[in-house]
Amino acid sequence: MTIPISYYLILSAIVFFTGVMGVLIRRNIIAILLSVELMLNATNINFVAFSHHLQDLGGQVFVFFALTVAAAEVAVGLAIIIALHRSRSTINVEEFNLLKW
Amino acid sequence: MMPFSSADLFLILPELLIITAACIVFVLDPVLRTSDKDGLVWLSLGTLAVCMGLTASQIQAPATIFSGLVVIDAYGAFWKLLLYFVTGLTILLSHSYLKEERLYFGEYYGFVLLSLVGMMVMVSSSDLLTLYLGTELMSLSLYVMAGLKRSEPRSLEASAKYFVLGAFSSGILLYGISLLYGATGSTRLPEIAAAISSRNLDDPLLLFATILLTVGFGFKLAVVPFHMWTPDVYQGAPTSVTAFMAVAAKAASFGAFLRVFIEGLGGLKANWSAMFLILCLATLILGNILALVQINVKRMLAYSSIAHAGYALVGVVATGHMGNSSGIASVLLYLSLYAFMTFGAFAIVAMLRKGGIEGDNIEDFTGLAKRHPVAALLMLIFMVSLAGIPPTAGFIGKLYVFMSAVEAGLPWLAAVALIFAVISAYYYLRLVMVMYMREPSDLSSTSPRMVMSPSLSIVLACAVAGVVIFGIYPNPLVNFAIQAVSALK
Repeated sequence: MTIPISYYLILSAIVFFTGVMGVLIRRNIIAILLSVELMLNATNINFVAFSHHLQDLGGQVFVFFALTVAAAEVAVGLAIIIALHRSRSTINVEEFNLLKW
Repeated sequence: MMPFSSADLFLILPELLIITAACIVFVLDPVLRTSDKDGLVWLSLGTLAVCMGLTASQIQAPATIFSGLVVIDAYGAFWKLLLYFVTGLTILLSHSYLKEERLYFGEYYGFVLLSLVGMMVMVSSSDLLTLYLGTELMSLSLYVMAGLKRSEPRSLEASAKYFVLGAFSSGILLYGISLLYGATGSTRLPEIAAAISSRNLDDPLLLFATILLTVGFGFKLAVVPFHMWTPDVYQGAPTSVTAFMAVAAKAASFGAFLRVFIEGLGGLKANWSAMFLILCLATLILGNILALVQINVKRMLAYSSIAHAGYALVGVVATGHMGNSSGIASVLLYLSLYAFMTFGAFAIVAMLRKGGIEGDNIEDFTGLAKRHPVAALLMLIFMVSLAGIPPTAGFIGKLYVFMSAVEAGLPWLAAVALIFAVISAYYYLRLVMVMYMREPSDLSSTSPRMVMSPSLSIVLACAVAGVVIFGIYPNPLVNFAIQAVSALK
């Protein structure tokens, strides 16, 4: 028996919106980074599900690139967070308030 | 599936050369002595000059390469030539700015070049995969560049904010791409267009994907309500990086955005033009109103750059409304003219120093005309041009955009944009007033002064020449923009 594609889409939508809510609600920058990763992985579920449904390999190739880019993004993000922590001794986004109008 | 051919590699030679130059910069940087690092600047500039020649030769020979992943055409060449020019100016400005800030990072030039490659891939992608990779390459380099002033908490804070919102918007963009792939069965723009034309436009999946792509691009273009990162990042980042982001990153994002929405989602024009009309009005209103109350020049220019994205969107809405391409041509023209004036203004801000740090508050410009008449005159020209007063480039840009709106049967939109252009004159001319009408408070050693250098003079000369020459005689640029747009399918 095959699982209908709508199941995958609902799963990915749930994961994606969990990520979006995490970015909007969490105040710890590491948690925000994790939430962004959830969003990207929801996208990967979508790509693989559609790729299987359409019998087209393009979507799976896209996942490889998306994973690689996500890894690079985390590397840059963590580097920025470490530099920030050294200078401010906090990673709470509420305390980043030097720039305001 | 087309076989791989080595001739394809020749067509992306400019990208390959720039990546190579960036790698050489990264390798040489740690082994060179500080005094020898000027060599990296000349290497980067030399590479850009060679690539400019190569890209100019590609205008007449359109080609689709790498099985439809990349397209070489006049449209891409227009943006690439603009980007080379802006990158060259950025490198020259940074050469004097980084010395003034005591930031001896050779790898800075490597990041500028990598970011440029990302932008070039963005504007020449005919597949959403290459578009995404280009966007990320551009953004990742910019995140690092924004935080390069590591001793300065503002710079790091700007970098972190830019990173969080940039990554968030990339996630939304990517989710939109995945839904579009599911709805149309391909990530190639021509195939997406074919799939859209052959099916019912009310498909909810398709509409949702369009909305997500709009939001994702909205962040990159910094249009209201996705603009909140812009003022913070533009203010906190080193000014040479701010100039690069405000001009090159915006131009590249517009280039990629127009290609996706015209070539790929052209069949959904009726749906997205209504959406962009709302974004355009919100951007014009909020961008201009918030710029009025700023006391920091970099922040004011950030809101001004948001407002300018709004004027450019007027042209996009005009095309979406009527379907003629003159709106798109006016957007290309607007952004290339905007590049000269915005870059010039940021260059002056970068080099106005107040006792070792940047004098970027409006009071720091008090009486500049007395102390540095040339700098004040140049700033006057850039401000007049940003306000859109003839005979400057800014006027020509606004004229063509407003004309395209009138042609498309939206005279009221042109009128609204015109009203906000008049309002914007207030905050641009306030700076002019401060420079010319007020006496300098004290002439002690701590009062702000301009640091001039040969490379800064070249930057300012190029910027002011563009503003004045294209303000009087814009025809070559107009014709090139029309030619570029005719290459879009």
